[in-house]
Amino acid sequence: MGEVGLNAYLMVGAVLFVCGVVCMATKRNGIGILMGVELVLNGANVNFVAFSRYTPLGLDGQTTALFVVVLAAAEAAVALAIALNFYNNHLTIDVDSGNELHG
Amino acid sequence: MNGSFAAITLQEFLAGLVNSVVSVDAQTLMVIAFLLAAFVHAGLLLGLFAGLPVFYIWLERKVAGRIQDRLGPTRVGGSFGWLQTIADGIKLIQKEDLIPAEADSLIFRMSPYLATIASFAAFMVLPIADGWVAVSAECGAFLILALMSLEVLGIILAGYSSGSKWALFGAMREAAQMVSYEIPMAICALIPLLIAGSLNFQVIGRMQSGGIWNWFIFHDPFVFLAFFCYFTVATASVKRAPFDLAEAESELVAGFHTEYSGFRWSIFFLAEYSSMFAVSAVAALLFLGGWHDGLMIDGMVDRLRGMGVGFLWIDGFSVGTYLANLFGAAVLITKACVLVFVQIWVRWTLPRLRIDQVMTTCLKYLVPISCFLFLMAVLWPLLLASTMKRTVPFGQALGEKTVQRVVVPSVSVASQVKEVTR
Amino acid sequence: MIEQLLFWVFAVLACGGAIAVVATQNVVRMAFWLVVSLGSVAALFFLLQADFLGAAQLLIYVGGTVVLLVFGVMLTASGPYTQIRTSPAEVIVGAAVGMLLLFVLVSSIGKVDWDEIADRLPATPAAPVNVDAAQWQKAGDQPAGSSASQVALGVQEQQGRTVRQLGLSFLGLRPDRNLVEGGAHGLAPGYLLPFEIISIHLLVVLIGAAYLARAKRRVVSEESPELS
Repeated sequence: MGEVGLNAYLMVGAVLFVCGVVCMATKRNGIGILMGVELVLNGANVNFVAFSRYTPLGLDGQTTALFVVVLAAAEAAVALAIALNFYNNHLTIDVDSGNELHG
Repeated sequence: MNGSFAAITLQEFLAGLVNSVVSVDAQTLMVIAFLLAAFVHAGLLLGLFAGLPVFYIWLERKVAGRIQDRLGPTRVGGSFGWLQTIADGIKLIQKEDLIPAEADSLIFRMSPYLATIASFAAFMVLPIADGWVAVSAECGAFLILALMSLEVLGIILAGYSSGSKWALFGAMREAAQMVSYEIPMAICALIPLLIAGSLNFQVIGRMQSGGIWNWFIFHDPFVFLAFFCYFTVATASVKRAPFDLAEAESELVAGFHTEYSGFRWSIFFLAEYSSMFAVSAVAALLFLGGWHDGLMIDGMVDRLRGMGVGFLWIDGFSVGTYLANLFGAAVLITKACVLVFVQIWVRWTLPRLRIDQVMTTCLKYLVPISCFLFLMAVLWPLLLASTMKRTVPFGQALGEKTVQRVVVPSVSVASQVKEVTR
Repeated sequence: MIEQLLFWVFAVLACGGAIAVVATQNVVRMAFWLVVSLGSVAALFFLLQADFLGAAQLLIYVGGTVVLLVFGVMLTASGPYTQIRTSPAEVIVGAAVGMLLLFVLVSSIGKVDWDEIADRLPATPAAPVNVDAAQWQKAGDQPAGSSASQVALGVQEQQGRTVRQLGLSFLGLRPDRNLVEGGAHGLAPGYLLPFEIISIHLLVVLIGAAYLARAKRRVVSEESPELS
């Protein structure tokens, strides 16, 4: 039976990572940027778990991935609170309007 | 794929069946058996998933009628209105599938399916009897909580994409309610899991075999209280009255499904009633002894296990085990149905809470209560050990119990299949 | 074969969902595609024999974080289906940079010979998921019969059943490394300290997020602009 192999998973991780980076770079909606961050973290997680499956890394990859998931949830909570504050102050979520401290 | 506890998995059974009809090499045999087993599992679960709501909707109307001093449905299909739900379903499928012009049509179309898939996926890891489970995951209890929490996404997206204020308010309430109620639900479910020391439903079910005093609900006073806490939270998490704020018909027309009609509307209800069964079955498994009846009847039924080996010339298949499991499945489904009946009873008895009361109930009462129960359930064995020099007040500790089980020897075909599963 | 098929289905769903997140401008649709993508990643975790992690991904990411994001979308939308468009020039630049980055990543992944690197690493005595090949060899050698079920049980413990090992490693024990006979590697470190740190971190985040998002009285700006 054919094996999927490490490289296939790494490719998926790479695609997720690149999509996340492009999402963070191009979206102007604050929440859209957060979604980009989630995609980046997921791309990294796929890599961690794939390495834990196919290399002697063993359990370390899964443990790290779990930490990433938990930290991502925490990050989302704080970032969302910041986004809500931003909305309260600017009445929009467009991050381009957050240039008030621009000199 | 299947639990190692099952005497013979469905895949092995089908492999034996195929092997006795045609002779193929081991690898093809395994693939065929795997696909067949997948379809049979999916078909059985779909039957359960679609069949139980049909019964529950009829039960709900009947119970509601009786509580309100009416008769409920009486005409369709005999004097008890057995076929009322089927008739309703046929009517609903015939209706036009309306999509409002204001709606975001892609998400409006997809979100009923999202909710239904999430609700159906929870059945995947729900064991119906000893070894009868589609996917026997080591972390089954965790997985089922995760899958049940996904249903809310479909509902939120449905409400938001409808382009209606009623639906939006319903979705907002649902989101706030779900995110809050997941916390006490997880903590309450953790208490029996803590006693069992396992997330595997097979192990949890096994530990509660024997008499009614072996059920986890009677393990210590805190688990007893945790059951009621869990049941309250579970009622809220499947958005049943008195917590049905998302579809409060007196204030929000119909809440998140105001704009839905026809088939899409009906599968929201399919998902809701199936989730009611799922949370009740989880309650039965975690607290109420799972597939054990608690009256020592299944001690006798268990003697059937391992009898009638070699039926249909399939190695490792035992008719007795099958019948014993059938009995276990009946017990578990009965328990879950009783709990669903209680949910229906509560719905037609208690008035709906306000949204602030719902949030207060959760965050100010249920979360601290469940945390306290969890803490005390942890400290209870310690307390007993320091006062009575033992960790349980009477009987054997769970770790000392030996579960007797007839081991049907796995024979050539079964082990071959396992080998090519690689 | 089945594993391959499932991998391709979920890989295509994960990548397609991620690309759709980038491509759509409507933020609610982005959330929907994010659900598709993250759910498929959870399925990939199950394929990678990380059951607990897949369940955690479903519970925390799909059931928690994305619900939170959708909630945020609802609270911050000024009108129905607000769309804050990206200008075409930015899209083109972004796509170009993305393609370049993808090209760099894919070509560098293709260049590395993982097997050789794995050989150069110090051989761990029993990595939890790597060992099952050897176990299977043993299972094949043994005569089929009463012991087959025990061996199969041992193998099934290897297939994605990492709950106990993960839990013990969070308590600072490494059953996959330490309990092997003749473990020449000494005590492998567990994850007790990171686990405690992350617990405190979560508590801090809980309080911090509640503080940041608390309801404030909006200052009336016409009357007292200096206070706003």
